[in-house]
Amino acid sequence: MNWDHYMEKRRKPLSEKGLREKISQILKEVDVVISWKMGFDPIHATPHFIRDEKEIEESVFNVFCVHNLTTYLPFMKEKVGIVVKGCDSRTLVQFIQEGLITRENLKIIGIPCSGVVDVKKIMEEIGESPVLQAEILDNSSLKIRTLDGEKFFQIDSVLAQKCKTCRYPTPLIYDHLIGEPIKSQIGWDKAYEDVTEFDKKTLEEKLSFWKKEFEKCIRCYACRNACPLCVCQDRCIAESRDPHFVSQKLELPEKFMFHFIHAIHLAGRCVECGECERACPMGIPVKMMKKKINYEMKQLFDYETGINVDDKPPMYTFKVEEEKIKEHEL
Amino acid sequence: MSQENKRELKIIGFLCNWCSYGGADTAGVSRFKQPTDLRIVRVPCSGRVDPLFVVKALIGGADGVLVSGCHPRDCHYSDGNFYARRRLEMLKRLLPFLGIDPRRFRYTWVSASEGQRWQRVVTEFTKLIHELGPLHGEKEKAFE
Repeated sequence: MNWDHYMEKRRKPLSEKGLREKISQILKEVDVVISWKMGFDPIHATPHFIRDEKEIEESVFNVFCVHNLTTYLPFMKEKVGIVVKGCDSRTLVQFIQEGLITRENLKIIGIPCSGVVDVKKIMEEIGESPVLQAEILDNSSLKIRTLDGEKFFQIDSVLAQKCKTCRYPTPLIYDHLIGEPIKSQIGWDKAYEDVTEFDKKTLEEKLSFWKKEFEKCIRCYACRNACPLCVCQDRCIAESRDPHFVSQKLELPEKFMFHFIHAIHLAGRCVECGECERACPMGIPVKMMKKKINYEMKQLFDYETGINVDDKPPMYTFKVEEEKIKEHEL
Repeated sequence: MSQENKRELKIIGFLCNWCSYGGADTAGVSRFKQPTDLRIVRVPCSGRVDPLFVVKALIGGADGVLVSGCHPRDCHYSDGNFYARRRLEMLKRLLPFLGIDPRRFRYTWVSASEGQRWQRVVTEFTKLIHELGPLHGEKEKAFE
């Protein structure tokens, strides 16, 4: 595949000065601004809650800003300013569609994003050695200095999987946009190629694939906790005893059931931000099931999640005559 | 009854109280011969059927699941089966992605007066599940 359009845009570095100025401007109108700052080492970013002018200096935006910060919003009562990438902005649209947030209480700073890295891929290469410095050279490669020496990476080779098929690099909803909008050349078919390819396998192959993958699952629920659209919190039926969908046993049927719950509760809602997959400590491709449902939503209802605030999620509504659903006659 | 030479399989039926359950009753009262593999769960409306009920049944040991409600436009609660249709169709398309034969799950509409149609639905669905064979082994289940 060809990522030339990403390369082209990445040569224009984002001005963090512009971002900080904008944050300082909207901090006057809201109670808190959510952004990123450097985490415990230079290749990890961490969410940054800015309540004071002094904290603005710390905020950053670079290829390590992987988090979808919108995940905090449905539970925040105050007026919030938020920094979003293209993919994160779709979550905001979905929240508004479902009435989980009020647009008036929100100030959105959009950043056209040319992709973030998969930190796990970098960690695999550099091992346990502490990272001292990370530098982006020519906007196409990374220089990472650890205690054991220096390592170079092409950004494209460590790009997060979701960024390779990103269709909305520019936020779809924002009050302020920092930098030039980026257009994606990737069509819908291309973005769902992994799903259609996988679907061509036989039932036995698919079942054994998922058995192998779910075998790894430790049911830590990190995927659920990271998911911005999993908003049931303590009422999650995966942890409830009444109804008792999932038992405490750590066996395959329970794991299958849990992943079915997560996928089906996100039917027609998942915005494919990839947080579930990023949070998974076992490297299970948990996003695939949700992508498959989204693929079917497009086929059945011509609906794409998180695009238009006036849309209604397909499972929240119906048509008396469904054009695409055929009767399953015997 | 008719499957004497074969092991009886487990088929779970979720039937809506107002139409399909009545339809099954009509079939019974009229003494239509039906296979005995089906175990019926009565629900207030097909809209009550969470797709996860179907998944739970299939993972938990059922070989097939049948959901039946009122015909579209005939729902007792006016629109329950419209929601059900969308959800169940979504599930039917998701199942093969996980390697579960989508033919093991069927949703259909049977009204209270359609005893004969109910007999046909049950007989043909049971026949199909017998053709597909058991999903779970005698000792080991399919998802273990």
